[in-house]
Amino acid sequence: MNADMSTQASLAAAPEVATGAPAPAAAGPVLMDCRVEHIFYGSFLAVRNAEVPIIANEITAFIGPSGCGKSTVLRSLNRMNDFVPGFRMEGHVHYRGQDIYAPGVDPVAVRRSIGMVFQQPNPFATSIYNNVAFGLKLNRFKGDYAERIEKALRGAALWDEVKDKLNSSGLALSGGQQQRLCIARAIAVEPDLLLMDEPCSALDPIATRRVEELMLELKQTYTIAIVTHNLQQAQRVADRTAFFFVDTSAGGRTGYLIEYRPTQELFGDPKEEQTRAYIRGDFS
Amino acid sequence: MTPSAATPPRLPVARPPTAWQTGANVVFRGLTHAFGGAVVVLLAGIVFEVLRHASPAVSKYGAGFVSGSVWDANRNEFGILPEIGGTLYTSFWALLLAGFLGVTLALVLSQGFLHRRYEVVMKNVVELLAAIPSVVYGLWGIFVLVPLLRPGAAWLNDHFPNFPLFATRLSGPGILPASLVLAIMILPTVTAVSREAMAAVPPRLAAAAYGLGATRWEVIFRVTLPTASGGIFGALVLGLGRAFGETMALAMLAGNAPNFSWSLFSPGNTLAALLANHFPEAGEFEVGALMYAALVLLLITLAVNVVGSLIMVRATAGLRGLR
Repeated sequence: MNADMSTQASLAAAPEVATGAPAPAAAGPVLMDCRVEHIFYGSFLAVRNAEVPIIANEITAFIGPSGCGKSTVLRSLNRMNDFVPGFRMEGHVHYRGQDIYAPGVDPVAVRRSIGMVFQQPNPFATSIYNNVAFGLKLNRFKGDYAERIEKALRGAALWDEVKDKLNSSGLALSGGQQQRLCIARAIAVEPDLLLMDEPCSALDPIATRRVEELMLELKQTYTIAIVTHNLQQAQRVADRTAFFFVDTSAGGRTGYLIEYRPTQELFGDPKEEQTRAYIRGDFS
Repeated sequence: MTPSAATPPRLPVARPPTAWQTGANVVFRGLTHAFGGAVVVLLAGIVFEVLRHASPAVSKYGAGFVSGSVWDANRNEFGILPEIGGTLYTSFWALLLAGFLGVTLALVLSQGFLHRRYEVVMKNVVELLAAIPSVVYGLWGIFVLVPLLRPGAAWLNDHFPNFPLFATRLSGPGILPASLVLAIMILPTVTAVSREAMAAVPPRLAAAAYGLGATRWEVIFRVTLPTASGGIFGALVLGLGRAFGETMALAMLAGNAPNFSWSLFSPGNTLAALLANHFPEAGEFEVGALMYAALVLLLITLAVNVVGSLIMVRATAGLRGLR
């Protein structure tokens, strides 16, 4: 019990940010030092050798073909993989210097500081207001709900569209609006880091553009890690891009990191042949 | 240029449906309409027959029948207030108990608390409760449940004689054993229907809540139950409808006493049990009165179902677009 409390406290209020990790190029402080050695599902080796330090106030994109483990790595950053039976990780994920996989760390506390936006828009079957208030209520927030909800909805560029119907159902919104509602819901609790797992794959190009503009604005305040299938999207929004690939040589399908560099360098002058072939569109 | 020049040549495999296929289609459609209509005709027929046989009694006894509390076939004096009260009272307790138990069971069976294999076994065991004949429940109630309840009931009556629920002694059949058996009988319905509703909540909603840092209980109480609330409410309405109409077990267990008491241990009666107990020996006037009682039961059940459906429509209106 005591260990839990102190862990939560240190997660919420660790004053300094770790800076020692090997980050590529000229980098700001590392918010999350992610060094995956192996991720297993049961006996299946899903990911190996993925070292992706996430820099504060940047957008980090994970790209690569299907099955390359980019989503798996993203979901291990807020322990969403704990729900997958047989999940086991070797390596470490240090968030503000604290190992989130250390014994005694409550995954619930981790997820309260690290927000997540999913592939499918998934608003709750309740009003727009209650959707955004959900995380605040979980955290027993005592302040001004109306103010925080307006701020979150403005932050998600949705306020003007919904300010007159906060009490109508979140499910009545269009797909793009629903996804921005989910972003508002995630940022209402002012998370340190926002994980986005292919947030635009269910959206049309116009809604996609809006979400991308939004990400660039959110970057001022938050740190974002995004999985995307869309290479143009990574080029448009990401400061840094990690390219993952699938290794089928041992008979399995194991994802691993090929290269992780500033986006312009990765797309402009890829070091590895697989990266070059992938961004040229030879396979996907 | 003729229009046919622009049309591509007919594909060798494409052919219009044969006359037989078209005909079968027409016959099939006709049959489905006929069977669908037959249900409506059947329902209307039943209501009409009950109305026809009840109408002499309705015009003779009027509203006094519903507010009267004496049932004396010899003096042709009929009133069903105690039975209406007994029906509502036993059903209320049964629903309270079965609702709590059924929704809890449905949670256990749908939220991954058990290994999949035990989930299936448990689900089937609960649904098997529905396969036990009503008369067996009645016998079980008389020979097992009532003796089992008697010491506890006596203790409660001894120590809290002024508390209305425990004001009388349990002499045998009564409201409490009747309500308990009724609860067990509607439990499968409540459990199965609410379990379906909970299982139908899309997993991505739970994922969203977990992603915000919700615990398992918070996910269940803030996401799963509210999202499934329409279906759970439907399960309760269905269970209540069954409880109102349940006959044999209550005819054996309610006590067949023409009075109403708030005490759980006193004997009482319900509309369905009244019909079952009195029809076999009823004379002409009494049959008319029983038909009137049947009409009242029909109206109560109908009202509950209509109100329940309306509330459900309202409750699920916000869920459109979820699936």
